[in-house]
Amino acid sequence: MDQKLDFDEALEKWEGSCDASLRKLPTRKKKFATQSGITVKPLYTPKQLSEADDYVEKLGFPGQYPYTRGVYANMYRNRLWTKRLLVGYGAPEDLNERNRMLLAAGETGLNVTGSSVSMRGYDTDQMAEELDRGYVGLYGTPLDSVLDTEISLKDIPIDKVSANYSDQGPFVSTATHFTVAERRGIPLENIAGSTNHADCFSHWISCNMYILFPLDAHVRMTVDLIKWSIHNTRRWHPLSIIGQHYAQNGATPVQELAFTLASGIAHVENCLKAGMDIDEFAPRISGFFDGQISVFELAAKLRAARRMWAYIMKERFRAKDPRSRQLRIHVQTSGVELTRQVPHLNIARVTLQALGAVLGGANSLHTDSWDEAITIPSQESALLALMTQHVISEETGVADTIDPLGGSYYLESLTDNIEQEAWKIIDTIDSLGGMMKVAKEGYVYREISKSVIRDLDETKNHDKIIVGVNEFCQPEEASSFESFKIDPELVDRQIARTKRLRKERDQAKAKTALDELRFIAECSRDGNIFQGVIDAVKVDCTRGEIVRALRDVFGEGKPYADA
Amino acid sequence: MAIRMLLAKIGIDAHDRGIRFIAYTLRDHGMEVIYTGPWQTIDSILKTALEEDVDILGISTLGGDYVLIPKLLQRFKKENVDIPIVVGGIIPTDIEESLKEKGVAAFFHPGTSPESIVETINAVLEARSGSHSRI
Repeated sequence: MDQKLDFDEALEKWEGSCDASLRKLPTRKKKFATQSGITVKPLYTPKQLSEADDYVEKLGFPGQYPYTRGVYANMYRNRLWTKRLLVGYGAPEDLNERNRMLLAAGETGLNVTGSSVSMRGYDTDQMAEELDRGYVGLYGTPLDSVLDTEISLKDIPIDKVSANYSDQGPFVSTATHFTVAERRGIPLENIAGSTNHADCFSHWISCNMYILFPLDAHVRMTVDLIKWSIHNTRRWHPLSIIGQHYAQNGATPVQELAFTLASGIAHVENCLKAGMDIDEFAPRISGFFDGQISVFELAAKLRAARRMWAYIMKERFRAKDPRSRQLRIHVQTSGVELTRQVPHLNIARVTLQALGAVLGGANSLHTDSWDEAITIPSQESALLALMTQHVISEETGVADTIDPLGGSYYLESLTDNIEQEAWKIIDTIDSLGGMMKVAKEGYVYREISKSVIRDLDETKNHDKIIVGVNEFCQPEEASSFESFKIDPELVDRQIARTKRLRKERDQAKAKTALDELRFIAECSRDGNIFQGVIDAVKVDCTRGEIVRALRDVFGEGKPYADA
Repeated sequence: MAIRMLLAKIGIDAHDRGIRFIAYTLRDHGMEVIYTGPWQTIDSILKTALEEDVDILGISTLGGDYVLIPKLLQRFKKENVDIPIVVGGIIPTDIEESLKEKGVAAFFHPGTSPESIVETINAVLEARSGSHSRI
């Protein structure tokens, strides 16, 4: 006769049957854990949700503090996330062509990466002469001047489509975008987008990249960009706090979250020190996280990020404006998780990464192309990556209700665990003197290195399985691929264009603008460096010239490893 | 005697997670490893290789820095520096073939096991002189 069991009896009965079964057949793994090392229990039940938990306080409704379930009341039901594919290769003409193709195929935002040449502060012609012309267009698009950006934005309605620039201090790409808008007669208040690489901590620590000047100079440039943006634009996000770099460099999701929020705290403190009011600039801060393949952990990480940021803003910085407490999040699917081996399998990986981001309520999403692990994505593979997002938004139904995993015993428990672990790291950073200090002293770098080594050991021991790499391996010849070919004529044209621009512009104006920029950087207390950069861009000064002018004042940055 | 290896990132890219991995692993396998950090030039690599008296040089490339490797090979040849060069990272197949013809001794792709890297390094050095002890 069946007897109705209460919760505890039923649980006990289940636990008993688990034990019996495991005696016959042990678990598949010695240990079940997330990428952050959080132990995964065999089953999550209402037991994991504390009875003391207050729904309104911890989760709230979408668009309400603490925004765990999303920053907007309707989330994807009336506005999908922005589909934003990172593009950067070839010449500005190539960038334009690829972006127009993607927009025609349903992309809803631009995401531009300048070339590594640009990121090191060189103009194309200078790089071709000093290093090798083979670099041009191989890794990002060179945007030497406003002319290049103008070409890259030809026939793209920048008053309707937001743009995201991977742009480091002194933010020349951002300045060229605003200048193009002005030349087109578009008021800056109608220009939406973000300067995605203003979070200098994440760059310096994680990838030694984009650091053209010493860190303190970058901090000042970031503050100046924020100040300029809140006075001159309405929909521009000058600062995105970036976890993606830490994660791609080997940080676990928990570390990524903690380091990002700690960086955010440091940037906020810098802005406050510069005399800005919290509610004046905090609404313009957004987040940029890594989309790792552990689907639940990714969704939980994004939910925890929103909740923690809301808390930091409200309790630590006393922000009153609800928009100050809302962290809008861009996600880029994880590139390091893609493999050269069996490369088409990367389509499956990207799909799952993107799904996790959507389940976590991302507001903007880049999906990697499957061939990104081995080369510059082809037109065809970039299109596939974009259309993967369409499958998720249109076919799966996951965007039809808000926060569809919300309330899942596992997801809520994981969100709590990630949050608790991340607070511990933030507390440690606070006790060591804050992100600026620990970044310089190497704490973050060392912590990430430990995770990298652990990951290496786990992969070697097969505790972590990468399909096609350490298990289920396939014959190697499947992974041969050709180099990306840049049209040599476009390289010639690019080099000639920059040289001609420098020759034909009004030299007196250009010289004055560069002198003024040097002056602002060196002696002016209330001058704004970004204003100086824009003024120089407007009179056709090039990136290389602007960087050199500022280097005259600030000196050159060093890679983290040397510093 | 332990093998001395110089690991370098040449050119303008600075993504060095991979090469730091490799440095750690090779050290664990008993090699003496010197890692230069990113943004090295042909001159700086040549100088360090000579100063540190290394047996082998490993170059890591991700963002297209392989474009400088032919010039590096030429320079080593011109200076009569006979140190074998191996390359790891993201290298397109056609570039790999042309660099092999120009003298790069071996290539390592993402996911190559540390053991197999060590084995290849040993083989490269043995093929040269036969005098190096295995690690």
